[in-house]
Amino acid sequence: MSLHVGLEQFLVVSAILFSLGIYAVISRKNAIMVLMGIELILNAANINFIAFARFGIMNLSGQVVAVFVIILAAAEAAVLLAIVLNIFQQLNTVNVDEVDKLKN
Amino acid sequence: MNWYDIIFYVFALLTIVSAVGVVFSRNIVYAAFSLLFAFFGVAALYVLLAADFIAITQILLYVGGILVLIVFGIMLTSRANSVEMKKGILRIAPSVIVAGVIAGTLIGVLTTTRWPSAGMGPAEETAKPIGTLLMTNFVLPFELASILLLVALVGAVIIARREERKEGLK
Repeated sequence: MSLHVGLEQFLVVSAILFSLGIYAVISRKNAIMVLMGIELILNAANINFIAFARFGIMNLSGQVVAVFVIILAAAEAAVLLAIVLNIFQQLNTVNVDEVDKLKN
Repeated sequence: MNWYDIIFYVFALLTIVSAVGVVFSRNIVYAAFSLLFAFFGVAALYVLLAADFIAITQILLYVGGILVLIVFGIMLTSRANSVEMKKGILRIAPSVIVAGVIAGTLIGVLTTTRWPSAGMGPAEETAKPIGTLLMTNFVLPFELASILLLVALVGAVIIARREERKEGLK
């Protein structure tokens, strides 16, 4: 792995972002922090798509898929925040480990 | 190292440091602001990958849309956040192990694989070819995405609004 920037450097940045997102999703209680982790993961996936579109052989199709990923992220964020607001109104908490009404 | 490499490393560093700030920040408002810089850094990486249209879309949608939604969510639920961000982290050891294993595996595989590379061609504008692709090869996912956005919007409004409609309906 050389210092000259090629495909690998972008992939490594994306892998680091992905791992940080995974860490946030697993370790955080706050549902909004979990959402931020998911956004990091989606960004990491997008970097991969666009890096392969640039360096690989799939031309612009990777960028089109990245557009769809961004659309899905927007829809997902809207629905998730609506759910979080509803949970907050009902249970007065946004911590994902305290929302266990079904268990008790 | 030429200018391209230097700019790449600057923005990669910005992205990763901001993402670390998002993940490890104690204050959720600081985390949201770190996320802003992480999104800008990723947009800069898109520019370096000659994806101008995606970079602008990233800034418009992520910074202008999703981040504003997140800040709204933080504000509207701030009573719960301000109390216990201190102990808002659980399962530190398992999360570090899982994230570390994933990072190590990914980076190990990525750096040892020999990728089939066509090399970097000249950078061209991408907005027009992307539009053509959306209307030809990807027209079915494009229409599905429009339906999905409509459903998500209506669903979000219905989920988020208060329970006042019960007496209104009866």
